[in-house]
Amino acid sequence: MARVTASVYTSHVPAIGAALDHGRTHEPYWQKVFGGYEFSKRWMQHNPPDVVFLVYNDHANAFSLEIIPTFAIGTAAEFTIADEGWGPRPVPKVIGHPELAAHIAQSVIQEDFDLTIVNRMDVDHGLTVPLSLLCGQPQAWPCRVIPFAVNVVQYPVPSGRRCFQLGQAIRRAVESYDEPLEVQVWGTGGMSHQLQGPRAGLINREWDNRFLDRLIAEPAALAQLPHIDYVREAGSEGIELVMWLIARGAMSDVGGGPAPKVAHRFYHVPASNTAVGHLILENAH
Amino acid sequence: MALDKPYQDVPGTTIFDAEQSRKGYWLNQFCMSLMKPENRARFKANERAYLDEWPMTEEQKQAVLARDLNRCIAAGGNIYFLAKIGATDGKSFQQMAGSMTGLTEDEYRKLMVSGGRPIEGNRYRHEWEKK
Repeated sequence: MARVTASVYTSHVPAIGAALDHGRTHEPYWQKVFGGYEFSKRWMQHNPPDVVFLVYNDHANAFSLEIIPTFAIGTAAEFTIADEGWGPRPVPKVIGHPELAAHIAQSVIQEDFDLTIVNRMDVDHGLTVPLSLLCGQPQAWPCRVIPFAVNVVQYPVPSGRRCFQLGQAIRRAVESYDEPLEVQVWGTGGMSHQLQGPRAGLINREWDNRFLDRLIAEPAALAQLPHIDYVREAGSEGIELVMWLIARGAMSDVGGGPAPKVAHRFYHVPASNTAVGHLILENAH
Repeated sequence: MALDKPYQDVPGTTIFDAEQSRKGYWLNQFCMSLMKPENRARFKANERAYLDEWPMTEEQKQAVLARDLNRCIAAGGNIYFLAKIGATDGKSFQQMAGSMTGLTEDEYRKLMVSGGRPIEGNRYRHEWEKK
């Protein structure tokens, strides 16, 4: 049977992608960011997943205001890289896993999570920057990827509680898949940042680190946090952090298993306008 | 019964909710059109003529022409959509965000490198009104 081996959490700042693509990773400003992912790249090589279930948000690229799905699962065989206005990032196309994606969709919809099924979707920096941070700059991505897009652009976004419950349903769906696949669930976005209005530039280091502590130790309680707390304390775009609760909900301990191992933790301010947070949690074998 | 909108007392912040989205629909859809290189070229060649192809309000058009992102947001724009205008102009997200704060580009960059805008004094509108 398939199983969830680990979860990975990371910010997905577009400027990180631009720094990689333009060969600026050795500048002191960017070294402080990329240094936090050196461990993670080695870890990926030693723990290669068959499939990454990658939770991210689209930033007005695949979805305009014509259609705004709250939860959208990519069930296609492959996904092209979006042109966000600066030209597409020069990274490999994303190869999906249609069979597992369809299995997860069928399973969680029958558990009352009404996903939108998407068979054609360009993927933007929300998905490609985390892949670059963990996999470097390969000719082809080392694993299959199931894109899972969450609306965090138009308010109200799904609650943390709903995201945490959905993660649990995703774990059950993975574990009911016959093929012995190793699956990682990634939650991306955040941490504190605000990109709009006179309050732009807000960062809340204490709140972010408390969020990381609680995500590790008491995710069920953290999932009760109301939207207004994210907006007020972590900035209007800090609300992306609800997506991390999907990945956390997919870990074994939430279903009664042993606590995960914290393989890596990193925090740095700033990357462009944003606080960068990163965690790797492993399930026990 | 009116919807509960507790986020309205966060200072310097406009939450892009259904009301803003309805108001800004054509402004944001105009921005989406700039994802295509041929549309970026047409917009740059004659901004006013390109804007006049869209059923936007005059205020929305003026805000775009002035590149006043705070005005665009007040008129229903969302920052991820407005970013397409910045991309067309060759601006980074940091330049766009900074332009809304009243700081110069250099001051804003320094603010971020020094750890960002602190949360103290920036949680509630009444904290800004005292200033």
